[in-house]
Amino acid sequence: MLEPVAITVNGVSLAVPRGTTVAAAVVLAGQPCRNSVSGQPRGPLCGMGICFECRVSINARLHSRSCQILCEQGMDVTTDE
Amino acid sequence: MNRRSKRKFDVLVVGGGPAGMAAATRASECGLRVAIIDDNPALGGQIWRQGMQSTPDPDYSTWAMYVQSAGPELIVGSAFDQPSAATLAVEQADGTYEVAYDELILATGARERFLPFPGWTLPNVMGAGGLQAMVKSGLTVTGKRVLVAGTGPLLLAVAAYLRKHGADVIRICEQASWGSLARFTFGLLDQPRKLTQGLSLKRQLAAVPFTPNSWPVAARGQSAVESVTISRNGRLEDIPCDYLACGFHLVPNLELPHLLGCRIQNGCVHVDEFQRTTAANILCAGEPTGIGGVELALVEGQIAGFTAAGRFSEAKDLFGERKRLKQFARKLDQAFRLRPELRSLPSDDTIICRCEDVLYSQLRRYASWRTAKLQTRCGMGPCQGRICGPATRFLLKWDPDSVRPPIFPVRVESLAFAASPVIPEQPTLTGGL
Repeated sequence: MLEPVAITVNGVSLAVPRGTTVAAAVVLAGQPCRNSVSGQPRGPLCGMGICFECRVSINARLHSRSCQILCEQGMDVTTDE
Repeated sequence: MNRRSKRKFDVLVVGGGPAGMAAATRASECGLRVAIIDDNPALGGQIWRQGMQSTPDPDYSTWAMYVQSAGPELIVGSAFDQPSAATLAVEQADGTYEVAYDELILATGARERFLPFPGWTLPNVMGAGGLQAMVKSGLTVTGKRVLVAGTGPLLLAVAAYLRKHGADVIRICEQASWGSLARFTFGLLDQPRKLTQGLSLKRQLAAVPFTPNSWPVAARGQSAVESVTISRNGRLEDIPCDYLACGFHLVPNLELPHLLGCRIQNGCVHVDEFQRTTAANILCAGEPTGIGGVELALVEGQIAGFTAAGRFSEAKDLFGERKRLKQFARKLDQAFRLRPELRSLPSDDTIICRCEDVLYSQLRRYASWRTAKLQTRCGMGPCQGRICGPATRFLLKWDPDSVRPPIFPVRVESLAFAASPVIPEQPTLTGGL
C-alpha cells in the first residue's frame, strides 16, 4: 500500500493511497459529487476532465473537477456546493 | 493583471498523447525549439494514462524515452483561445499566458461517445474508459460486479483491466453483430500485432460472457445503479451490478481545430498527405483526423513533426506505413458503426444534456443544434456540449457547428486576460481617421 493521505469528504475522514484523485475518493466514500440543476445525484462519468459531472468544492474552491485533482493531506472536500 | 511576456516556439504541439509525443520528438530532433501543451502533468494522453501501481505500457516507455532525449518543453495547461494570429492563450495553475508559434500541431485526441438511455445519469454509470481511468486513479473495484457495455475494441481492454484489478466483470455487451465482428477479426489477418493483442485479451476474458447484438436499455437504482436491463438478440434481461461501464467507441476532440478555423469533414479534421490542415501553419495528427488507434497516431504524429520541420522526404518515408494503418481505421469504423436501433434508446423523459438537465422531449421538436441551444440551453453548461453534442449528432443528426472561446471553462482572470488589449510600451497618439 502506498503512503496514505487523509482527507475529509463532507466532514467525514477518509484515508486513501497517495496518488488517488479526489473523484475516486468521493466514490469510495459512497457520495455523489453534485446534485444536478433538477436535483438528481451525479457522479463521475468520463474520468478524464471533460464531462464536469465530478465537480466538487475543494478547500472552499467551488466547481473543481475532482477527477483531475490528486488528494492532498488535510484536503477538505464538500460535495453538492 | 500581469501580462507576462509572450513566449514563442518554432513548433507548438497541443496534446501529449501518442501523436503529440511523436510529433514533438521528431520536430525537436530536427533542431527546432518545441513545446507540448497538455492539461495533464504526465505525458501519454488518455490511452497511456499511468495507473498508480501498474507497470507502464512498453510503447509508452519507449516514446517517453524518445521525448526525454529530444527535449521538448512541457507546458501544463489548457489552450482556450486564440488572442491573436499564431498565438494561443493558455491557462496554467499559476496564471494565464500567451504562447506563440511558427507551426502548430494539433494532437487533441479523442473522448468516449456516450449515448443516453433511461438511468444513464445515475451515479456509478460511467464510461468504459471512464471507469478504467477512475481505477487507474485510485478507485478500488475488488469484488464489485461490473457490466461492461457499448461498442468498440476498448470494451475488451477495459474488461481485462478491471478483472486484473479484482472486479467481477459479469458480462461484456457489444452492440455490433457477430457478422461484423467476424469480418473485423478476419480483416486483422494482415495486422499481426493487433490480432495478437486481440487474441490475448480474449484469452484473459475467457471466463467472461461476451454477447454481441446486445446493449443497455435502462439502468435502475436508488442513489446509484443497482441493475441494468439489456437487450440481447431482441430479448430483455435484467442484470444486477455495482457499476455499468458503458461507452460507444470514440469521437475526436475537435473544439480547438474548429476554433482555429480548420476545415472539419465528416466529423474529422481534414488534412493533406503531410498532415496539414486547411488553416495556415496548422497541422493535425492522431484521432482528430479519424479514429485509428495508437499506432496510426504515432505515425501521423511523426509525419506532422517532420513536416513542421520542413523535412518532407523523411515525412514521405512514413506514408506507406500510414496507408496500411488507415485501412485498419476504416475496418474499425465499419465494424463498430452504431446500429440505428440505438436511436430509440432515450424515452421522452430521458435527460440528454446532463449539465442543464434537458429532456429528450424538449429537444426533439427543434430542427438544429443551434436552435435547441438557444431555446433549451442544451450544450450550454460547463461541458459545452462535449457529451450531448456527439449524442445529438447520432440521435437527431444534428451538426454541432459552432465553437466559441473560451473552449473550456476558465477563471475570470483568464477571460479578462484574453480580452485585454496589448498595451504598447509608449503611449501613442492617434490622429483622426
